[in-house]
Amino acid sequence: MIKAILIFNNHGKPRLIRFYQYFAEDMQQQIIRETFHLVSKRDDNVCNFLEGGSLIGGSDYKLIYRHYATLYFVFCVDSSESELGILDLIQVFVETLDKCFENVCELDLIFHMDKVHYILQEVVMGGMVLETNMNEIVAQVEFQNRMEKSEGGLSAAPARAVSAVKNMNLPEIPRNINIGDINIKVPSLSPF
Amino acid sequence: MPAVSKGDGMRGLAVFISDIRNCKSKEAEIKRINKELANIRSKFKGDKALDGYSKKKYVCKLLFIFLLGHDIDFGHMEAVNLLSSNKYTEKQIGYLFISVLVNSNSELIRLINNAIKNDLASRNPTFMCLALHCIANVGSREMAEAFAGEIPRILVAGDTMDSVKQSAALCLLRLYKTSPDLVLMGEWTSRVVHLLNDQHMGVVTAAISLITCLSQKNPDEFKTCVSLAVSRLSRIVSSASTDLQDYTYYFVPAPWLSCKLLRLLQCYPPPEDGAVKGRLVECLETILNKAQEPPKSKKVQHSNAKNAILFEAISLIIHYDSEPNLLVRACNQLGQFLQHRETNLRYLALESMCTLASSEFSHEAVKTHIETVINALKTERDVSVRQRAADLLYAMCDRSNAKQIVAEMLSYLETADYSIREEMVLKVAILAEKYAVDYSWYVDTILNLIRIAGDYVSEEVWYRVIQIVINRDDVQGYAAKTVFEALQAPACHENMVKVGGYILGEFGNLIAGDPRSSPLIQFNLLHSKFHLCSVPTRALLLSAYIKFINLFPETKPTIQEVLRSDSQIRNSDVELQQRAVEYLKLSSIASTDVLATVLEEMPPFPERESSILAKLKKKKGPGAVSVSELEDGKREGGELNGGGERITDASAIAASNASTPSPSADLLGLRSAAPVGSAAPSAGSLLVDVFSEAGPVAPSSGVTDDNFLSSTPSSSSLGSEDAAPPLPESDELLNKFVCKNNGVLFENQLLQIGIKSEYRQNLGRMYLFYGNKTSVQFVSFTTALNVQTKPVEPLVEGGAQVQQVINIECLSDFIEAPLLNIKFRYGGALQNITLKLPVTINKFFQPTEMSSQDFFQRWKQLSLPQQEAQKIFKANNAMDTELLGLGTALLENVDPNPENFVCAGVIQTKAQQVGCLLRLEPNAQAQMYRLTLRSSKDTVSKRLCELLAQQF
Repeated sequence: MIKAILIFNNHGKPRLIRFYQYFAEDMQQQIIRETFHLVSKRDDNVCNFLEGGSLIGGSDYKLIYRHYATLYFVFCVDSSESELGILDLIQVFVETLDKCFENVCELDLIFHMDKVHYILQEVVMGGMVLETNMNEIVAQVEFQNRMEKSEGGLSAAPARAVSAVKNMNLPEIPRNINIGDINIKVPSLSPF
Repeated sequence: MPAVSKGDGMRGLAVFISDIRNCKSKEAEIKRINKELANIRSKFKGDKALDGYSKKKYVCKLLFIFLLGHDIDFGHMEAVNLLSSNKYTEKQIGYLFISVLVNSNSELIRLINNAIKNDLASRNPTFMCLALHCIANVGSREMAEAFAGEIPRILVAGDTMDSVKQSAALCLLRLYKTSPDLVLMGEWTSRVVHLLNDQHMGVVTAAISLITCLSQKNPDEFKTCVSLAVSRLSRIVSSASTDLQDYTYYFVPAPWLSCKLLRLLQCYPPPEDGAVKGRLVECLETILNKAQEPPKSKKVQHSNAKNAILFEAISLIIHYDSEPNLLVRACNQLGQFLQHRETNLRYLALESMCTLASSEFSHEAVKTHIETVINALKTERDVSVRQRAADLLYAMCDRSNAKQIVAEMLSYLETADYSIREEMVLKVAILAEKYAVDYSWYVDTILNLIRIAGDYVSEEVWYRVIQIVINRDDVQGYAAKTVFEALQAPACHENMVKVGGYILGEFGNLIAGDPRSSPLIQFNLLHSKFHLCSVPTRALLLSAYIKFINLFPETKPTIQEVLRSDSQIRNSDVELQQRAVEYLKLSSIASTDVLATVLEEMPPFPERESSILAKLKKKKGPGAVSVSELEDGKREGGELNGGGERITDASAIAASNASTPSPSADLLGLRSAAPVGSAAPSAGSLLVDVFSEAGPVAPSSGVTDDNFLSSTPSSSSLGSEDAAPPLPESDELLNKFVCKNNGVLFENQLLQIGIKSEYRQNLGRMYLFYGNKTSVQFVSFTTALNVQTKPVEPLVEGGAQVQQVINIECLSDFIEAPLLNIKFRYGGALQNITLKLPVTINKFFQPTEMSSQDFFQRWKQLSLPQQEAQKIFKANNAMDTELLGLGTALLENVDPNPENFVCAGVIQTKAQQVGCLLRLEPNAQAQMYRLTLRSSKDTVSKRLCELLAQQF
């Protein structure tokens, strides 16, 4: 079982925390600090597994982590999980983020924390793995996105609609094409 | 097109996050957050009803603030409100807030449950998934109470969508883990197993986690999953890398699912069905073969996924421990990984080899890698890997390589990371003790340990070295000489002073003949360390001094002077002062005879489980050893201080009283010692104990008496001539005699029955002694066996004893022991006792010596499933079991793992001879045993297994 998923940057600033076992709020923060302390002092070419910190269960748990550019992705798991399997899972998660955000970077995680949570929810549920097929996960996220769009179209603030229309009138912005795409897709979702 | 549209977020939220990021200082950030919290609070409290969008935005801000490490104590209600919105995004953020900020506020849980109930009933798959997610993430008991019945229905319903099935499976798993009592097994269980066959791989992925957990708890109910899992695995393993499309990860078909399937199979023994087993072996071979193929991609993800499956396959092979061919291949594969350039693989290979080292088939093969492992310990840059290397060295150690491994571990200790030093010290101490042939080597090793890593040498380690030195007189002189030399060092560790003080106090006389270590020199050496030591060590040294006075009368004036000095006799520490005063007085008023008696050499310590091993267990696994271990330590502390210390600590007293049978006695590992104390009072004084060689009485004799008293009135008041049913404890009494022939079979307030017996081939003779413990005679004393016996004297005088001889011949193998019924009148009341006569099948064992090769050849010949009986059980006693008295030959150097016991013997009956092989594998770490018996007759294997499992 996955006990916790922590994402923090090179300075230890948390970017996403998800605990699948109850810890009080201050304990969660202590665990993040301890984990950061354990992981950050390790070189990049050492192994990706280490024993859990004392706060999160010690030697019965393993921290399995990957370091991508400015971010650490740390999964705390018990002995029932395959270490290499979890490494693959982290990779699947990150590749999914990359697909969903197009060249994901730390800023995406900061400004779209809710979205990152939703993507994670398609991969891990209650500490267990729900889905490992990246295309399936991306399809779910896209579906959520279309839902959001369709709801946004009905009740979003009028100002935003206006700005969208304004943007459409500017032919030199190539992104227009994308917006057009999205708008075409929206009607097909009417059953929901 | 990115799946997440970046521009369409909530503007207010983005502004707030930017503000926070622009804060120059922590104070500014806190200020900004407090401002925002106040704003949100006022919005939530305000009169104006908020629309869904605003609520969503504020809840999202709260989530962000929470992520930054600030407590969020409001907003829960608004989140709950969002749950009942019919807009997806609002519902979604509501559920997210609740999943992240779980609150055990029961009133709120009721509201949340309400919303979940509605969503589950909505038949809208998206809403259902959100609700299931929330249950799985919170998993509280209230939720289990509300939904444990509903979710299995959703899971197995025919019309449920795949995505909902996935979520329902994991949701049920969570509820089962938190409240197993609420998840009732039912008709759905069989259908859950069949999800392994589901078309949709995502459903299988989710379901397998559920099935694995259910199988671990109810293996029998779910055992049909084995064949399904094997066929699923076989289909994946043999598929081309493109067959599974989306589930193929970097050219490896469904790696995650394969790993999970292999894990599931590890919940079960090897499949019994030959076809299934054949298919599985084929799969495992394919996986091993694939490891040798050239990689299909250079990407690390490809090899990662491939190896993830490989390692799980190896774990399964090790778990089965029955296919020598596969085990050797697995070992070779791991050997390759030991030198792989990927650190992760080296780490995992070391870890897997640790489990492989305990298998008889591969222990030798593992040992061939010793140089690589030692090299890893010395050169790996990563402490996690070095730690695994140290673990593996510990696991692969046996008599043949102990000296090399201990030496390597000692030299590693000098540079080892602080975090693992204490564990290393314990491991070295254990190995040194376990494999010591030559105890001077052991003493050297431990003293080196103290010298190199004194700070990490826990009390248990130096207590242990003293126990061993005291118990083995062949090493005492050497120990005294060595500590004397070690103490010469100008700076030596305090633990060294403790050991030195204790050993010289006991055995300093053994080296006093040498003028270089004359009594006075010894004393001066110890006393030169005195002032640098802590109070407990000083107390110990004072005890050593008084022992010196006894050993060497010529030192008396010098030592008395030291004791008399103000720094001792007026020491501000009460303990030291008291010792000084008492010892001074003792030495001046007691005659030499009295002094010699009081200060006699310490008696040998009772043998029991090493306290160091217990300590290591405690470090490794929580719950394995309880607090009483600590008490144990304290108690030893008391003993070690030569009785000079008065035990005032209540818990220490409790522990030292443990010689009376009490629940804590087992934990203390004192069980073997306990009866000595308890037997004496219960044996009574009226009866002369003729069984001088009779061993300890059952530790639970106090308990059996109670049982007996409560059962007597009913049988005597019946007054019937029929034999009473066997006493409830008769089985337990029988079990005491499985491994011994003489002893007290039964005892109550009136009667004691002793037994002496001897066996030869299929014949035996048993003497029964009936002792009257009272002063009144027993009238009409009869004994009846459900076989023919010579009658006994009908009268047993008070305090007297009658004897009965029974000749026994074993005609064929048997399970039930003969029943012995005893009836007599004591003061008019009829006593009627039925016991099982301790005649068990193993009494007719003839030991057989054989070589390792013969043993394993015969072992394999007896491979039919019914010829084998196996039991895995928790150790009842301390794990230093001896198999003496069983009747079989204990074969040394047969099993590659020296921890294991193997025995061979032939059971002689008149009808036939039954050859039996036995193997006992202790797992000291888990306090478990695995006992396997193979014999040519299934009933014999089974019965022996039952009998022996009670003995450890």
